[in-house]
Formats: sequence, C-alpha cells, structure tokens
Amino acid sequence: MIDTIRSLGRWGLSSFERLGRGHLFLIRIVAGIPELFLRFSLVVHQLFSVGVLSVFLILISGLFVGMVLGLQGYNTLVDFGAEESLGVLVSLSLVRELGPVVSALLFAGRAGSALTAEIGLMKSTEQLSGMEMMAVDPIRRVIAPRFLAGLISMPLLAALFSAVGIFGGFLVGHGLLGVDDGAFWSQMQVKTDWYDDVLNGIIKSIVFGFVVTWIALFEGYDATPTSEGVGRATTRTVVHSAFAILGLDFVLTALMFGEE
Amino acid sequence: MMQSKSTEITVGMFVAAGIAALFILAMKVSNLAEFNDEAGYQVTAEFENVGGLKVRSPVTMAGVRVGRVANIVLNSESYNAKVTINVYGDFDTIPTDTAASIYTAGLLGEQYIGLEAGAEEEFLQNGDVIDLTQPALVLEQVIGQFLFSKAEGDDE
Amino acid sequence: MPLIKIRDLHFYRGDRAIFEGVNIDIYRGKITAIMGPSGTGKTTLLRLIGGQLRPDKGTIEVDGQNVHKLSRTELYELRKRMGMLFQSGALLTDISVFDNVAFPLREHTNLSESMIRDLVLMKLQAVGLRAARDLMPAELSGGMARRIALARAITLDPMMVLYDEPFTGQDPISMGTLVNLIHRMNAAMGLTSIVVSHDVTETAEIADVIYLLSEGRVIEKGSPVQLKRSSSQWVQQFMQGLPDGPVPFHYPGTSLAEDLFEQETS
Repeated sequence: MIDTIRSLGRWGLSSFERLGRGHLFLIRIVAGIPELFLRFSLVVHQLFSVGVLSVFLILISGLFVGMVLGLQGYNTLVDFGAEESLGVLVSLSLVRELGPVVSALLFAGRAGSALTAEIGLMKSTEQLSGMEMMAVDPIRRVIAPRFLAGLISMPLLAALFSAVGIFGGFLVGHGLLGVDDGAFWSQMQVKTDWYDDVLNGIIKSIVFGFVVTWIALFEGYDATPTSEGVGRATTRTVVHSAFAILGLDFVLTALMFGEE
Repeated sequence: MMQSKSTEITVGMFVAAGIAALFILAMKVSNLAEFNDEAGYQVTAEFENVGGLKVRSPVTMAGVRVGRVANIVLNSESYNAKVTINVYGDFDTIPTDTAASIYTAGLLGEQYIGLEAGAEEEFLQNGDVIDLTQPALVLEQVIGQFLFSKAEGDDE
Repeated sequence: MPLIKIRDLHFYRGDRAIFEGVNIDIYRGKITAIMGPSGTGKTTLLRLIGGQLRPDKGTIEVDGQNVHKLSRTELYELRKRMGMLFQSGALLTDISVFDNVAFPLREHTNLSESMIRDLVLMKLQAVGLRAARDLMPAELSGGMARRIALARAITLDPMMVLYDEPFTGQDPISMGTLVNLIHRMNAAMGLTSIVVSHDVTETAEIADVIYLLSEGRVIEKGSPVQLKRSSSQWVQQFMQGLPDGPVPFHYPGTSLAEDLFEQETS
C-alpha cells in the first residue's frame, strides 16, 4: 500500500519535473526564433520536410473526409427535406472542426513522430553534444527552425484539408447524389462566416501547430538516447499530441462558439 | 547548409497552395465576399418583437438581399427592439415609407427582415428611421388568437 | 604555466564517486594522455573540461579562466578555441562531409564561400580525405569518419584538441593513420592535445605525459618510459595488459572446490 503511494508520488514529482523542463525548453526555443528571420534558409529546409512531405497525406485524407461528410450529411438531411443545406453542413463541419483537428492529428502522426525520431537519433549519436562543443546552441540551430516550420505549416495544411474536403463533399453531393449545385454553394456562402468560422478554425490550427510541434521536439530532445528510448519517445509524441489536440479543441470551441 | 533549388521551389509551392486554399475558403466558401458591399448606409427600425432575429440576419426586398442586420438593442423608453440595418450601397432608392416585417424562411428556417417598398419619392438616407414595422410572429400568440377566435365563433 | 589546471576535482553520479580529489596539469604543446580501465569516467573528464558537466567540488581552469564560472556566451567563446573529437565522430548525418567540416566556419565566421571552400579543402587535405568531400557520413567507414571529425575539430585553428577514445575499435591501418595524424598535428600546429584512451600501445607511442586514473584518483603520472618502469604492480598489469594481477581474473567469491562440494551435498 505504502509502496503504491510512494510510486504514485514519485511519478507525480517526475511529471512536474518534466513539465518544468518542457517549459524551459519552450522558452529557449522562442528566444531563438527572432534570429531565424535572418537565416530563413534553415526554416525553408524544415518547411520542406515537415510541411511539403505531409501535403499528400492531408489532401487524400481531406478528400475522403469531405466525401464521407457528403454522404452521411445527405442521409441525415434528406429526412428533413433539407438536403439543399448539404453545402452548409459540409463546410461548417470542416472549417470549424474537422479541418483543424484531423489535420493536426495526422500531422502529429506523420511529421510529429518523424521530428521526435530525428531529434532523438541526433541525441543518441552525440550530434547535439558535438554541436554544443563546437559552440553552436543546438536549440537555436536545430530545434527552433523545426518549431517555426511546424507553426507555419499547420494552418496551411488545415486550410488545404478543409478546401479539399469541401470539394469532396461537392463531388459526392452534387455529382453522386444530385444536390443542386447552386443551392450547395450559395447556402454555404451565406452561412459560413469568415470571422466566426474560417478564422476561428485557422486560430485553432495555429494553436495545435504550436502544441504538437513543441511536444514532438521536446520528446525527441528529452528521449533516453537508446533505440528503445527513441521508440518510446515517438509513441509518447503521438499519444500526448492526440490528448492535447482534443482537449484544446474542446476549450477553444467552448470559447469561440459558446453562447455569448 | 546548402539549399537545393528543388527544395526551395517545392516549399514555395506548398506555401502558395496553402494560401490559395485560404483564399478559396475566404471567397468561395465564406461570406467574406459580401463584406465588400459594406460601403453602404445604416437605417433603424423599431419592432414590438424581433422573435428569433439575429445580428447578421439577412434583409431582403422582393426576395433580393439588400442588407444585413447590424445591431439589435432594447429601446429603454419605448420598450421596443431597435434594429440597426446595414443597407448595401447599391440600393439607394428605397422609399422613406417602406415597411419592414420579420418573416421566417421555411419551416425550420431562420428569421429575416423583408422590406416592402412604399410610394414616396424621397429615398432613405443614412440615419433614417423606418416607421412602418410588423413584428415577428410568435407561435403562442398565434395559437392564442386562433383559439380565441374559434371560441368566439362557437358562441354565435 | 599549464594550459589546463584541474584541482581537487570531485564528481559523483548518484552515489558513485567518479572523481575524488583529482589533480591534473596539462601543458601547452604537449600530448597528455588520460588512461585507465573502462568506466573510470575518462569521457566524463572531457565533458567537465568542456563545461558540459559541472563538478561537485574542485575547479577546472582553462587558459586562466574558471570554466564553470563563465557565462553562457563566455563559455561558447572558450569552446570555439577547443576542438573535440567524439568517439563516434558525431558528424551531422544529414549533410555532406564538406558541409560538416565547413560547419564551424559557417556558424561562427562571416567568411565568403570561396574562402570557406579553400579552408575546408586544406583541412581535409591535412587528414588525407580531400577527395571524399562530397560523400555523406553514412558512406564513410569508422576510421574515415573519425578523420573527418578531426578535420572539423581543427577548422577554427583551436588552441587544444580533446580526443575521446580515438583508437577504440579501429583496424591496424586506421589506428596507425590516426596515431600519426595526432602526432603530426600537435607538432605542426603547436596544439595541446588531450587523449583519453585505454589503448596502451598506441597512446604510449605519442604521449608526452600519461595520467593513470582508477577508482576516482590519479594512480600514477609520468612519461610512457617512466610508467613502464613503475614499481606499482597495478600499473605494470595495466601497461602490459596482463590478465591477472592486482585486478583479479576471477570475480571474487568462494573457491571452486567449495562450489563443487556444495553441489554434491545438495
């Protein structure tokens, strides 16, 4: 009994310690961001591996999610005779929720785990240590560009996801199920508000990008420098990111879309 | 670190595609395009009951969208709802004796303001008031009226 | 005046004492070897000198500056004057050999690309791998990787180079090449070299002074010749690589007869 309490206490203390380390880590990253604008080529390189290489996954997933929304949405709306509102349903679902959240989850799985593995490997092959001995701060040189790249990529990917998804919904709704294309787009345009819906979704995806990239980089930096240590760190990235995304989504949605 | 040309090009394309997607969402999907018509003028109207009318609800005339509801406040002297309407700049020939009524679009639909043109030759300007208004239909009142008239009818 | 003065160094990892009162002097222009059995914390010593670890007690002075009292900027300035050769080479795996050697120049100087190119080629020439400049680290053998790492360590013309187990796991030819390089560089560039190793033969060939560490203390110090003539049995066992002596062959426990006897009676 006492042992369980002790180990619980130990776990609690080490969690707080980790949390503290993670925040100190973040502060060092943010401090290193301004100088990146002078050496933007570092960020460009990371934008490629983090952003460009995720585009294919995002586009395909977005397309399928949009198409399924079209199908399911039609099935539900047709009972109320409201199938002309399919455009509204698809666009609001994507722009407000599915776009930011699903693309963030996919990003965490693809780019996040890759970042963790990369940094973890650099740590275990002493590359980070070597850089320190060469008087180069690895956080400014290696971590900060990746962080900025993640932060920039996430909203772009979310926008791509939503745009492609709406197109997918249109393909299914109009092409397959015969919803009137005029009604589809015109109702959508009326009911989708730029500020309340689209911009809020973008804000969400920026927050997700911040948190997911931070988690991915920290797990890699803090990983035990063995092969199983890196493996565990990668898993932790995906799991913690998922919790963070879904939890933050609830908080942000309540803030943004709650009743005034 | 040497930057290969192809890396830079693809990153540029990625960012451009993302911005294009945002642009599409702005123009084709959302109502941002309407905001360009905001160069218009404002008029007010008082209603006994606005029902479910909301800010940004549409204002139409003969079914054509001529503006939006900008603001709804309670007039603490007359105890009516004072509604401020943004009328788009293109529609500057609305007679001063136009009537404003609150209708419901479809069965489940949202509420909107419909304008019926009057006969005056003077037109509404910025800051004018629409005097003729008809409140929203409140379901309980309608049922109450119906039952009342039915009861009266039975008496005869 | 020694370049590096280590006084009364104490360092603990958990409960284990890695160093308990170690005093070492490292003189300019000389090759000083730190040797001892595996696990005596030789790599830890290099990290302490480089400021990556803090001692629990004692001081380390490099060129008159107390390493652990420096601010981050000052420490980085000091590190620019130190070159370190890691055991694995620690090359950056995502860039080419050329870019690896150019890395310190690109990070710390504003030299033009053509100047950087000349410098990098010269450093690679010094280690004999100029023609390998476009390879990626993954394509290098272990010995070649270490030589590239050496070229990188001397790119900024440091005042000293720290070698972490440079001979471990090398084939005879690579070993010979490295020994030769370390010796020549030290002489040609007036460097101060600190070699951490447990390869007695190779180290003894080039070292000017050897410090023998064990169990957190300096057991003996002197030139290779002096150590070979040492009266300490332990030093003799280490220097000659004898299987049995003060460090026993058998893990301590009961005798063989006792163990066998116990088996029969149970």
